[in-house]
Amino acid sequence: MTKFMRRALETPKELAWLAAKAALDSAEMKLDQIDGAVLGSAPDAFDGMHMKGEYLADGCGGWRKPYLRCYVGGGTGVYAVAQGWFQVASGLFDTALVVCEEKMSTCQPHPQAAFISIFDPFTEQPLKPNLLWIFALEQNRYMQTHHITLEEIARVSVKNKRNALGHPSAQLGAEITVKDVLASEVMAWPVHRLMVSPTSDGAAAVVLAAGDDARRLTSKPVWIQGVGWCLDTAYWTNRDLYYPEYVEKAAWMAYRMAGVKEPRREINIAEPYDPFAYKELHHLEGLQLAPKGQAPKLLADGVFDRDGDLPVTPSGGLLGVGNPIAAAGTMKICELFWQLRGEAGRRQVPGKPERGVAQAWGDLMQVGTVVVVGTTEPKR
Amino acid sequence: MIHRTIKPEPNIVQGTPLDAKALKRGKIFLNSYAPALRYTWDTGEAMGRYLAELKNGRLIARSCRKCERVMIPPRMFCERCFRPTDDWVYVKATGTVNTFSLCYVSWDVRRLKQPEIPAVIEIDGASPGMGILHLVRKVAPKDVRIGMRVAAVWKPPAQRTGSITDIAYWMPINRRSQRTVSAK
Repeated sequence: MTKFMRRALETPKELAWLAAKAALDSAEMKLDQIDGAVLGSAPDAFDGMHMKGEYLADGCGGWRKPYLRCYVGGGTGVYAVAQGWFQVASGLFDTALVVCEEKMSTCQPHPQAAFISIFDPFTEQPLKPNLLWIFALEQNRYMQTHHITLEEIARVSVKNKRNALGHPSAQLGAEITVKDVLASEVMAWPVHRLMVSPTSDGAAAVVLAAGDDARRLTSKPVWIQGVGWCLDTAYWTNRDLYYPEYVEKAAWMAYRMAGVKEPRREINIAEPYDPFAYKELHHLEGLQLAPKGQAPKLLADGVFDRDGDLPVTPSGGLLGVGNPIAAAGTMKICELFWQLRGEAGRRQVPGKPERGVAQAWGDLMQVGTVVVVGTTEPKR
Repeated sequence: MIHRTIKPEPNIVQGTPLDAKALKRGKIFLNSYAPALRYTWDTGEAMGRYLAELKNGRLIARSCRKCERVMIPPRMFCERCFRPTDDWVYVKATGTVNTFSLCYVSWDVRRLKQPEIPAVIEIDGASPGMGILHLVRKVAPKDVRIGMRVAAVWKPPAQRTGSITDIAYWMPINRRSQRTVSAK
């Protein structure tokens, strides 16, 4: 992956190239050993660039190859890896290169202006909403339903920004306190500024290979054991936002494939999506890694610390490393890859983790995308 | 079979962060583009009726006889049963706050002194949990509550255009007006 930055000099194509090349180099592979390429990147309106996928293909190793572009909002970073998995698992491809790239600095004065058309043109846009609304509305409902305090939520920002200090790519690694978070500007109550991930430019890539090829390429392959994804209705005001049903469904789809029956016991490390601090807790519950309403307590008890019973977001997440929309989820997959191989450096969780889950989310509180990875090769 | 190990140091220091000052001082070449894009969205049957009824000072929903939901915003097909919806159902212009926020940032990223209060309002007469997005006013921010009962405040008929903003905002129903309403 590249650094995650507020604004990069590099063009989208250059960012994609840097990440793709780094992935190939780390696998000691050449592009002609890649059978197909998958790209995840936000829609064209974001960059003001029509047919952006085709433009990016050169940077993704897509030249004269089968090429697939996909996008499900923030869910893309994990979803694209699932799509790459499909390519290889189908038997049509032995290897695939998955690249996710985003430049959020391009849209002026702020990508917020491009986001407004995510809202319904008739029932919502005339009210002049902004994206903060939907997160604040969901956070409030979640807090109210389970009597969760702002302090409990602020702990996620503290943990993740601290974890990010160990990540060479991090945009906002920092040592902060719960007090700092609660003293930060109220953007849309109950959301405070230090609970929000930044906008970022960046790219991340992974190389996928089928069984024999994977074992030939490395002595420590990390196997994709399960994939899942699920989309809920766009009528988000007709749903109770306290709990993400669609994340639960996506999670079970992946767990079933992976043969995981008791996620809390069988998952050693989790990278849930954390664009806002409360979301990490919300998603942990959807991922079946905490009972409904209990994630804040487990966090306060240290269960989710890097040296805790179930390390959560040891990477530093979106809050600490950064949030280039399509690439952030892939950053989490990269983290699991390094953690399971013992290569996460200062971020390494102790105890030789064997199985991890990465999850991303996107759209109008709508999509859950989940990938389970592990050190054990799935049975054919 | 040769086992190769992947380099332990991940190659993730690439990328050139730009400094906002350097950009301002014109030290970096840029090119800009402002697309001239205009869209005309068709309302469709469901939204067409919804907007027409809003102009008349009424809220309307659609029902599906199979799952028995009364749905607002109305739709011509039920997304769960995947069949056409059946009947138009008028619903009340009163409801309950399901969730809300106090937002100090406008849609175009300006800071606001007085917060806007977006809310999801569950509409009386529609199925439980059937909410719509709108704005709450005429209440102190610190007094807004999940579970608060609210009523729509309509623009005068001459100012309505067939838009969700024909409802200007929602405000708390006080106990006195609640009694008056139920006595009718």
